[in-house]
Amino acid sequence: MDIHEYQAKKILAGFGVAVPRGGIVYSPENAENKARELGGSKWVVKAQIHSGARGKAGGIIVCNSELEVAQATDKLLGKKLVTNQTGPEGKIVNRVYIEEATDIKKELYLGLVFDRSSESIMVVASTEGGMSVEEISKQKPETIIRSKIEVAVGMQQFQAREIAFGLGIEPKLISRMAEAITGCYRAFSELDATMVEVNPLVISNQEQILALDCKMSFDNNALFRRNQISELRDKTQENASEVYASDRGLNYVSLDGNIGNIINGAGLAMASMDMIKLAGGEPANFLDVGGGATPEKIVKAFKLISMDKKVKVILVNIFAGINRCDWVAEGIVQALQKIEIKVPLVIRLAGTNVEKGNQILKESKINYIEAYTLEDAANKAVKALGK
Amino acid sequence: MSVLIDKSTKILIQGFTGKMGTFHSEEMIKYGSKVVGGVTPGKGGSKHLNLPVFNTVKEAVETTGASASILFVPPAFAADSAMEAADAGIKTCVAIVDGIPSHDMIRIKRYMRRYSRVQKMTLVGPNCAGVISPGKSMLGIMPGHIYKEGKVGIIGRSGTLGYEAAQQMKNLGIGISTSVGIGGDPINGSSFKDILEKFEGDKETEAVLMIGEIGGPQEVAAGKFAKENMKKPVIAYIAGITAPKGRVMGHAGAIVSAYGESAVEKVELLKECGVTISKNPSVMGETVKSVLDKSKWVK
Repeated sequence: MDIHEYQAKKILAGFGVAVPRGGIVYSPENAENKARELGGSKWVVKAQIHSGARGKAGGIIVCNSELEVAQATDKLLGKKLVTNQTGPEGKIVNRVYIEEATDIKKELYLGLVFDRSSESIMVVASTEGGMSVEEISKQKPETIIRSKIEVAVGMQQFQAREIAFGLGIEPKLISRMAEAITGCYRAFSELDATMVEVNPLVISNQEQILALDCKMSFDNNALFRRNQISELRDKTQENASEVYASDRGLNYVSLDGNIGNIINGAGLAMASMDMIKLAGGEPANFLDVGGGATPEKIVKAFKLISMDKKVKVILVNIFAGINRCDWVAEGIVQALQKIEIKVPLVIRLAGTNVEKGNQILKESKINYIEAYTLEDAANKAVKALGK
Repeated sequence: MSVLIDKSTKILIQGFTGKMGTFHSEEMIKYGSKVVGGVTPGKGGSKHLNLPVFNTVKEAVETTGASASILFVPPAFAADSAMEAADAGIKTCVAIVDGIPSHDMIRIKRYMRRYSRVQKMTLVGPNCAGVISPGKSMLGIMPGHIYKEGKVGIIGRSGTLGYEAAQQMKNLGIGISTSVGIGGDPINGSSFKDILEKFEGDKETEAVLMIGEIGGPQEVAAGKFAKENMKKPVIAYIAGITAPKGRVMGHAGAIVSAYGESAVEKVELLKECGVTISKNPSVMGETVKSVLDKSKWVK
């Protein structure tokens, strides 16, 4: 789960990482007041969307008067920002963050992620803040510092110092920098995060060390014990169909093609999408109804797919194990009694009691194309597109 | 022979008396697995499915001599149960449950470092279908009848895609020594390489099929291991050619975040390691067959 910049900054501040003063606003009037409250003569108005690269998309505006702050806020609120991370549909700006401007002396990069090879937390830092980590690794790989943290004992002072010295920080600022790095680590490990990225982490002309921008993601599997984090979820930043699916216990990812899929199991779902592509088609989605493929889940899946206007053919591929094909077939028949499907439907059942399952489908009044193997199913789905 | 479990392996069910535990215990017993009892804290001393229930794994191991266990406990308690099994001397523990936090998985793995290599428990999963040595024993939730007994090892992340492979192989008359589901999570108990190593040491296994997917370094690490340490042929299929970058595809671990983690890159890197690639998921069985036929001809 992703959160907004202002939420991440509030969390980091709680772990002793300094952030510029700022406040969230929902209207231009609000913004003007907030600027006045913050004081000073220069502010940064920042669109809050779940994406990086907002600056290039016009989502970050520097203002020199309270009036400008109000105007910038007015311009951003309700707008869809398209960045290189949002996809062409963009993301809606419902909240704007007003922050005091910072005089930047030096911009650094600091990121924390899980390293799947060593199964530890990896800190990545660079002197080239402001660029994305991908750009840094392409253009300035020699500036990247990596440090693996043993999670059983947590980050040690010397490790934080090593990173700080590696970044070429002047000696009098080392301990403050080490504190900022340790704070980010603690936020990561104590809140079940999967990513903390401070980019840039800056040294100001006043020699403060500040997190100027911050992104955080959290482990969905751990949200049950992180109520304060799960409350930060902003569904307006997620794909509407994906929210609909996740609220109903379905694993769904919306894609660009026109063959809708209903499959049990994530691996089989990916494999079926690959077969569609090989057969010359494009999948409209990834959808895993769960290994069990219960009739309720199948009904929900049909409802979800039928809402997608791109879909011209639906492919159902269920490999039934303990849940038998006859049970799955009954689920499909039930679903189709409730939901009208106007596009061709290809169904492939396999596994336990497959004959019985296919018989139930045949005896029902549903209109479908029967398929026997994975390949057969994909070919028939692509062929049905032409009809 | 087989790896991890065979006919004589004594099995404990952790989370025995719950709905899931009860249902799958019955299925395992029906298959012929030697289930000797279960653990549900607070219900020790009672009987369930005609088998003894214990309060702790330690007590259960001492009384029954069990060496394997399977967890049917909710995600929030799974880490605790796995560590309890490791501490009680269980050798193979399967975690079926989907939804264990990554931080908990790391904690389990760090906890297990206290044991020497010989004493250490093999944790399989989480978020997997379990382990089956066809005709011998099942420590999982798969439909046992689709697996034919034989000489090919299977290691896979996905449950149903593993079933697909087993059925394709059965249709071609190819049997399986053991099939191990290592699960779809980013941090798992056993990696592809961990299980490959076991298959290389198993006399009855002649070849190994790896069913991988996008995300993480494990498939490629296993390929490198095979190149440097294995005599037995390895076949692989990698799912997710059509998966977009940066998106989680159902399995928490199925996300491309670095070079070498997409399906296309994994296939290329595995080919370089001498692994035979099944070019699509409908020819996993045929690809295994062609490799087996070739190695017979060479002999």
